[in-house]
Amino acid sequence: MALRRALARVSGAQSSGRALAAAGARALSSEAAVEVPRLGQVDAIPSGPATRMNLFTAINQGMRAAMQTDDDCILFGEDVAFGGVFRCSMGLREEFGGERVFNTPLCEQGIAGFAIGYAATGRSCIAELQFADYIFPAFDQIVNEAAKFRYRSGGQFDCGGVTFRSPCGAVGHGGLYHSQSPEAYFAHTPGLKVVMPRSPAQAKGLLLSCIRDPNPCLFFEPKALYRASVEDVPDADYEIPIGKAEVVTAGDDVTLVAWGAQVHVMEKAAAMARDKLGVSCEVIDLRSILPWDAETVAASVNKTGRVVIAHEAPKTGGFAAEVASEIQERCFLRLEAPIQRVTGYDTPFPLAFERHYVPDALKVFEAVKAATSF
Amino acid sequence: MAIVAAAAARAAARSVRSMAARSWGVTARAMSTSPEAGEYPGGVTLPFTTDMAFHDPADDDRIPVFRVMDESGMLREGVEGFGEDREDVTNMYTTMLRIHQLDTIFYEAQRQGRISFYMTANGEESIHVGAALGFNNDDPVYAQYREAGLLLMRGFTLQQFADQCCSNEDDGGKGRQMPVHYGSPEHHFYTISSPLTTQLPQAAGTGYAMKMEGKGRCCAVFFGEGAASEGDFHAGMNFASTLEAPVVFFCRNNGYAISTPVKDQYRGDGIASRAAGYGMPSIRVDGADVFAVREATRAARDMAVAESRPVFVEAMAYREGHHSTSDDSTRYRSGDEIAHWRETSNPIGRLRRFMESKGWWDDEREKAANKAERKAVLQALTAAEKKPAPDMSELFSDVYAGEQPWHLAEQEVALRKHMARHPEHYAGEGH
Repeated sequence: MALRRALARVSGAQSSGRALAAAGARALSSEAAVEVPRLGQVDAIPSGPATRMNLFTAINQGMRAAMQTDDDCILFGEDVAFGGVFRCSMGLREEFGGERVFNTPLCEQGIAGFAIGYAATGRSCIAELQFADYIFPAFDQIVNEAAKFRYRSGGQFDCGGVTFRSPCGAVGHGGLYHSQSPEAYFAHTPGLKVVMPRSPAQAKGLLLSCIRDPNPCLFFEPKALYRASVEDVPDADYEIPIGKAEVVTAGDDVTLVAWGAQVHVMEKAAAMARDKLGVSCEVIDLRSILPWDAETVAASVNKTGRVVIAHEAPKTGGFAAEVASEIQERCFLRLEAPIQRVTGYDTPFPLAFERHYVPDALKVFEAVKAATSF
Repeated sequence: MAIVAAAAARAAARSVRSMAARSWGVTARAMSTSPEAGEYPGGVTLPFTTDMAFHDPADDDRIPVFRVMDESGMLREGVEGFGEDREDVTNMYTTMLRIHQLDTIFYEAQRQGRISFYMTANGEESIHVGAALGFNNDDPVYAQYREAGLLLMRGFTLQQFADQCCSNEDDGGKGRQMPVHYGSPEHHFYTISSPLTTQLPQAAGTGYAMKMEGKGRCCAVFFGEGAASEGDFHAGMNFASTLEAPVVFFCRNNGYAISTPVKDQYRGDGIASRAAGYGMPSIRVDGADVFAVREATRAARDMAVAESRPVFVEAMAYREGHHSTSDDSTRYRSGDEIAHWRETSNPIGRLRRFMESKGWWDDEREKAANKAERKAVLQALTAAEKKPAPDMSELFSDVYAGEQPWHLAEQEVALRKHMARHPEHYAGEGH
């Protein structure tokens, strides 16, 4: 925490997460606004009245809907009471009271363990872990306890009502400890579900699914998108199924697979490939990392024969490796080129070299070229 | 640009602070001081001193041990109202014998290769019985792994213990965990997990749910003095305290964490001394005095519920047995030491002396009771050994609730095909 505060000071502010969120928005606004892909047809997003909002507001709406429909559902974490350092819990304490929306001591293993114990009574809860970079003190509770609670009891007990929310990913100036994307660690753990949304409407529906899913879920929120990603979000209470990918842009020549903020990078790269190479890319948002939708990906690769997978996390042992392995099992004879991975490097996440480190549209474009010219 | 951004951030931080002040009811006025005392964040007023004195806990008195019955089985002078009901005391005693027989026979069974692993609770039977009587039967319990007697007290049958230790099809845990990892929703006893101390923050969460439920239940959580060194100890204590959860933290300080003696484990006055740092009331109790354990536990749980806050109990004990069947404790402690404690402090011996002094017990009754308990345990074990292993499909079930994810379904199909191709390799597994 001392380091968090120190980093906030370096950023020229005194409230770390808040500063990061605000500064993240600034950093992103200096580029072109993030283009939000249009919604696909397979989605469970309802038509009807909608409100234009950013990602943190959509998450706020999702949590509000969950707490309105379930009186036992509680929300807690560090700095949650005043609205959260990324503003996701704004107004919820006022609406639902201090017994249901509250601060915890600064202790991730405590937050996770407390959440498991609460959920073990058959109730649901949303536990905020302020940064995914700080989820590791809770790793034991999540991996050894939450994930195995049901299995080890022979199905007699479970803590399926727990949802861990945590901001993840590059933000422009987060350095080693405000930038990580740890989804692959958790994807290696049977019993968990791992989800990462790309946009506000996706976030609301996926978060509601996680909260109501009878299994412990990890919901990673790309913090660069909290303010930058804006779209119409249905006012209704709706759920987007976990484990289902979405074809965000249809195409014929190369399949681009990503999740979270990288979906937007893929979209840009697809536009570049179309404009500069005349190559048609199919962009797939995996949405769920565990379980992940191999069927949708394989169907696409069987059509295109070429695939690029991108994520921000380091390459070795990253989730792209799992996707690539499954693709070669399912599509071996259909592959026209080696599967391309565009990822962070196998280094810690470096502040001064973020532009070099994070996969961007140019790197993906190069991978598309490599795949099409093999 | 940078200056503007910094100013905006400072303004945001100010607004954050004032919001925080509103929501927590902290007065936002400037700190007021007097010559004698000053006001500090959190609404506390602290006295000033010109005496630059360090507080050294080594100078403090040791926390005393609450006991009502001494080693000879006599109630201490001035103590009244304990052990007056013969039937009540006899039940406590025979249950302690049952726990001891369960441990003895299962320990031997492991030595004979009949079960894979076991952990005894020799010397701590009084803690199980006393604590079980102190809590209500529907108070949810998180145990470590040396509290089986509490589950026995709640009605978990010898057959259920044996089925779990034999990993057979009637094990509620479906044979997935090592022996002694019991669990039973019917008895409000969460399934034991091997990682130490993870149960403490969980107990805080369950206790919080009990508070929300408002039915006067509290959460009970057990652990050893070694487990109290884990970070989860701090997490659980601090969460229960700040979130005002009715939880009884029950520490069995039995002198050893596997081989590590307490002198290598901590420096303070046991574990109970730590409760003060969390603003938590605590009591230290003689773990071999079943009356004292029951009384202290009952008072602790009633206080936890009435005041909606956690309470700490440290039961002083001695682990007479090895850590587990994988351990030989004579490699790190002398036989003389073990014998000394067994002779002076064993809770079964102590309660027996109490009963004998009342004329309620004798050698004949002892022999008959032990024989009956031994027979019942052996019957359960023999029956458990004959039951088949859980069905192979249980390998893949309960990982997720709801529809089985595709990758698990594929892996199950692949295993079944493999088994069909190589039936001889899997023959005799009892699945």
